[in-house]
Order: sequence, then structure tokens, then C-alpha cells
Amino acid sequence: MPSLDDLRKRITSVKSTQKITKAMKMVAAAKLRKAQENAEKGRPYSEKMNNVILNLSKSITDKENAPKLLVGTGEEKVHLCIVLTADRGLCGGFNTNIIKKAKSYFEKIISENKTLKIITVGSKGYDQLKRQYKSYIVENISFKESKNINYFDADKVGKIIIEKFEKNEFDVCAIFYNKFKNVITQIPQEQQIVPLNENKDDKDGSGNDNDYEFEPDEDEILSNLLPKNISTQIFKAMLENSASEQGSRMTAMDNATRNAGELVDRLTIEYNRSRQAAITKELIEIISGAESL
Amino acid sequence: MSNLFNIDIVNPEQSFLSKDNVFEVVIPAVEGEIGILKDHIPIISFLKPGIIRVFSESEEKSFYIEDGIVEFKDNTLSVLTSSIFDLKEADKNFISESISSAEAELSKDNIDDQKRFLLNHKVEVLKSISIN
Repeated sequence: MPSLDDLRKRITSVKSTQKITKAMKMVAAAKLRKAQENAEKGRPYSEKMNNVILNLSKSITDKENAPKLLVGTGEEKVHLCIVLTADRGLCGGFNTNIIKKAKSYFEKIISENKTLKIITVGSKGYDQLKRQYKSYIVENISFKESKNINYFDADKVGKIIIEKFEKNEFDVCAIFYNKFKNVITQIPQEQQIVPLNENKDDKDGSGNDNDYEFEPDEDEILSNLLPKNISTQIFKAMLENSASEQGSRMTAMDNATRNAGELVDRLTIEYNRSRQAAITKELIEIISGAESL
Repeated sequence: MSNLFNIDIVNPEQSFLSKDNVFEVVIPAVEGEIGILKDHIPIISFLKPGIIRVFSESEEKSFYIEDGIVEFKDNTLSVLTSSIFDLKEADKNFISESISSAEAELSKDNIDDQKRFLLNHKVEVLKSISIN
């Protein structure tokens, strides 16, 4: 049975923790709005980019000589995985969900006897993966210094990927991030960026009647455009990720605040009970003392 | 019949400019400037560093553009670029920094002709901006 003093101390400490989580929730809510706005603003670019590439790839007839970034190297031996996580913790299952998704992919690759390479973006992902997959991690990038997500950072990652591709260091590249659905739900995503998946190609089979004029020719445009597309995809993933991170943190901190409230209630009841018990005990002592006189 | 069409300029962070009352746009494509009017045939092209001019009913706007892709289709011109700014709001420091970094790049030996051409062009354009 904890003493009254102990209980009082615990109540104060839980209360101050609650204050912190509450403040973190507010901050996350404010940041979330901004991150969400940014994610929405960034969408037209990546959508347009996708459209252009789609139109271009439709008009390419010579599939064999098409840029390798589009059609792949023809092999699937070396997989490069880009795992995008946050730099900070205390955001619920945000980082863990990405890692979980990525790990199941890693296991598949390893069990198929293919080579795995990992690039982590964000320090939390690196922290969680280095225990188990240290030998596979080829690079660890963190943008702790940059306050806002900007295209230059994404471009840096994109350039690293392109450089590795040109050196034939991998055949397939996939990125892992959280897609922002709403404040409560974030869906871990796995997206293949090299070679480009053309699964949406035949959604509208009739839309093929656009005969574009190209200047310079298709191949040259494509080979210039594809590297940019990689950076764009990564940028999009980073934007989605940052919105998800804030959303996830907000929910987590909201829960924490509520739990702390419950704990305070319980502790207060316990505190009052034991105080009452002490008073009753003292009263009994006095009464029985008086009776014996 | 109107001779107006739409233009959308987007950069990765946001939609930069969106207008539905332009009648001519001059873009610095890699193989020379292209003037685009309504009902141009669908075209996809690349941009080199240069000045993009947008003529709308009410005004004329000019932007410096570093690189990008244009797509014209169904009377909508989409310009995708990673670096663009309005000439009126040009930042002198930024321009001179860009010039010196491009010149530093030029002085390296290992660049190919195409890149050299683009860089030279970039320096030229930027210098002409800073004079005005």
C-alpha cells in the first residue's frame, strides 16, 4: 500500500506528463494541417508527370531499345529498397508499420536467394533496421536539418538512386512509405519505381488517340524524364509520409492524453480512499481511547 | 470564337500559375523557342533555361525557368518545372549565385557538349536578366 505522499507525487507526475502529451498533440495538429496542405499542393505535379510518362510510353514502339529505367534491366536479381521513415519517435505505430511492411518484403527477397540492398531515409528506420539487416544497408540518409520537406532533398535521394542504377548496382527498386488516408488511418505502401510498373496502362484503352508531336524524339525525352520522375515519386512519398507522421503522432498523443487522464482519476480515487481510511482509523483510535477511560 | 486556352504551371511544391485566358505562350524549348497558340497539335517537349512569356488578355507575364517539360493537349498547356520565378520578383543575389555556380560547373573538364551548351545558355540568359 503506497503512502499518501507517494500517491500525491505520482498524481503530479502523471499530470505533468499529460500536459506534455497534450502540447505535443496540439503541435502535431498544427503541423498536420500544413503537411496535408503541402501534400495536396504537390499532387498536381506528380499526376501530370505520370500522365506525360504514360502518354510517352504508349507511343514507344521499340520496346527493346526503350530506356532501361522504364522497362528494367531484364533481370530481377538485385533489389534496392528505399525505406522512408520519420526522424523522430513518439508517433504511434507510424515507423513500425513501415518497417513491418518492409521486413516482410525483405524476407521474401532473401528467401528467393536474391540480393538485397537497403537505403534508409530518416533515422528511425535506420535504428530499427540496423539490428537485423545491418549488412544489407548501403546508405542511410537523414534530413534532420531541413525544417520543411523540399524538392532538393528528394532530388538528392533520386540522384543517388540513378547513380546506382547507372552503375548496374540493382535491377529493381521499391520505396516504402506511409500513405496518408486520414488522421487515424495511414496505410503502409510499397511502390516499385524501377522499372516503372505499367499496370494502370489499360485503364482506358480508348484514350490512345493522342498523336503527340515530340521534340526532340521520344527516347530522348523519356531518358531525361524518367530520372526526374524518380525524384518526383520520392518527393511525393516524403510529403505523404510527413502528413502521415503528424497524423499518427496526433492520434497517439491524443490517446496518451486520455490514458493519462484515466490514470489520474484512478489515482485520485485511491488517494482519497486511503486518506479516508487513515481518518477513519484515527477516529476509531480516539473513540476507543475515550471509551476505555 | 475565342482564341484563348489554359495554362498550368506546376512545380513540385505547388501549383505555380493557373490561367484560362491566355492567347499565346512562348516557351524556350530545347530546340528553339516555340510560340503556342490555341489548337496547337498535341506536343511534348523539353525546356532549356530561358524565359517563358505568357500573354493573356489583361497582361503579359515573364518567368525565368530552369528546366522542365511541357505538354500541350486539348488546349491545355501544362508546364512542369522544378525551378521558376517571376522576372519582376527576381532576386539579384540568387541570380548572381546561379551564374557563378554555373560558371564553376563550366570550368570542369568532364562535362559533355550538351551540358556545356545548356550551361552556357543558362549563363547568358541569367546575365541578360540581371542587366535589365
